[in-house]
Amino acid sequence: MLDTKKIIPDFPILGKKINGKPLIYLDSTASSLKPAQVIRAMDDYYQRYGVNIFRGVYKLSETATEKYESARSTVASFIGSKEANEIIFVRNATEAVNLVAATWGEVNVDSQSNIISTVMEHHANIVPWQQLVKRKNAKLNYLDITEEGRLQPGQIENKINVNTRLIALTYVSNVLGTINPVAKIIKIIKEINPGVKILVDAAQAVPHMKIDVNNLGADFLVFSGHKMLGPTGIGVLWAKGEIMKDLPPYQTGGDMIREVYLDRTVFNDIPHRFEAGTPHIAGAIGLAEAVRYLDSLGMDKVRRHEEELAEYALSNLTGMKEITVYGPHTAGDRAAVVAFNAKGVHPHDMAQILDRDNICIRSGHHCAMPLHTRLQIPASCRASFYIYNTKKDVDLLIEGILKAKIFFE
Amino acid sequence: MDDIYRENILDNYRHPKNFGKLVNADIEEELGNPFCGDKIAVSLKLTGTHKQGVDRKVRDIRFNGQGCAVSIASASLVTEYIKGKSLREIMALNRETVLSLMGIELTPTRLKCALLSLETVQNAVKQTFTG
Ligand SMILES: Cc1ncc(COP(=O)(O)O)c(C=O)c1O
Repeated sequence: MLDTKKIIPDFPILGKKINGKPLIYLDSTASSLKPAQVIRAMDDYYQRYGVNIFRGVYKLSETATEKYESARSTVASFIGSKEANEIIFVRNATEAVNLVAATWGEVNVDSQSNIISTVMEHHANIVPWQQLVKRKNAKLNYLDITEEGRLQPGQIENKINVNTRLIALTYVSNVLGTINPVAKIIKIIKEINPGVKILVDAAQAVPHMKIDVNNLGADFLVFSGHKMLGPTGIGVLWAKGEIMKDLPPYQTGGDMIREVYLDRTVFNDIPHRFEAGTPHIAGAIGLAEAVRYLDSLGMDKVRRHEEELAEYALSNLTGMKEITVYGPHTAGDRAAVVAFNAKGVHPHDMAQILDRDNICIRSGHHCAMPLHTRLQIPASCRASFYIYNTKKDVDLLIEGILKAKIFFE
Repeated sequence: MDDIYRENILDNYRHPKNFGKLVNADIEEELGNPFCGDKIAVSLKLTGTHKQGVDRKVRDIRFNGQGCAVSIASASLVTEYIKGKSLREIMALNRETVLSLMGIELTPTRLKCALLSLETVQNAVKQTFTG
């Protein structure tokens, strides 16, 4: 496992006590904590060279521009891409999906088209497609899951046809924890219909495992900085250059132009064409630092650490009476996120009781209402683990759950 | 420490008053909490007829649905409180009413749970204005 004794001191929040007790943070799926290295990198930008990019020839502006663009390269190589211009900085994964829907979708989807998503998606990978098919009078279909919470095999072959334009699917479910065999699925899809584009929601994958876009076969990949030790307000759309280079812009204005005349505009090349206005410069710099932090740990080690925690949490939770655990019960194809319900205790009440001991879990539908409907539950509790979590945290969670059960008995 | 799980809250959660559904209700309404997917449905029987407008009173009320201790206890207390009240009085109720019925303080997120029942009832009442 990772050396958490070395990692934990890097996270200022974990050194603080609330009501005299330490923090047990089990909600990294919603947003991870940030190490001092990331906070310092952003602070450094504001303290030492906090000026705009691209616009000045003076030294400070050149420094800021260089840092912003090198952040792009850092992020690109983190996901295996050699083309920094295939990285478009956005606010978050949600905006990345919306960008694809508003540009690629606008041009390539018509009333004959269908798009395929899955019932295990986060709303971010459902609602933008619902809106697009509504505008275009197209169709949106969904892949279903098995009782174990995996995508049902064989369905792709049945749902895909010549009019399928896009498959939008998550790499890792933010509720079930299922790690979808994305590369295999994409291979099947492209064999049936090579024209289908694939958008992978990697918001829960990039922070937790080695991703290589070259082996994946996807056309678009989206993720958020704040879930991978980075700041809020910065996210990434990776998109193949050949797809993006001729698409209409997302937003228009400054920075995304080459020439502007009173009656027309020549748009800039990718990625700048899709980054209108002053971007989140400090955010990109912070994200690059987060990437360096994860790289220094090694993503394979991060994954092994989380797999062990997932295994430990699953074996403890599935052994408890009157606890239902959702998603696959095998840690091998599962991320370190565990959704569950305790009989007789509503998830809100569970989260509130756990908060008495500073144990932070999430309760509700976790932006996956269709999935909860599919599971026939209104809500669930969700605990998730990251590089700073230990088996002790799992033990405390189990103790807390038992306390809550007794309280509501 | 939070003390939202006072005895009166837990009692109303474990044994909610007015739980169920009225047959031949005059008005019915269902509303969800967007944060958690919880749903509360209410059914009401009123005195008088449409002509009396907001002077009509609540003769009986039931609620059902799924929810946390806060939303169920609140629904129990709110439905009990509004029995016999006129529609005008009901529309004048607000978050302070609910909080004083519950006797606890709530964070913004849990406040949404607490207010769901009143919101559902008030939406139901609004139907009678348009219907
Ligand atoms: C699988 C998945 N996709 C998309 C998102 C959306 O991320 P953001 O809110 O940062 O846009 C999340 C975050 O909860 C997620 O877990």
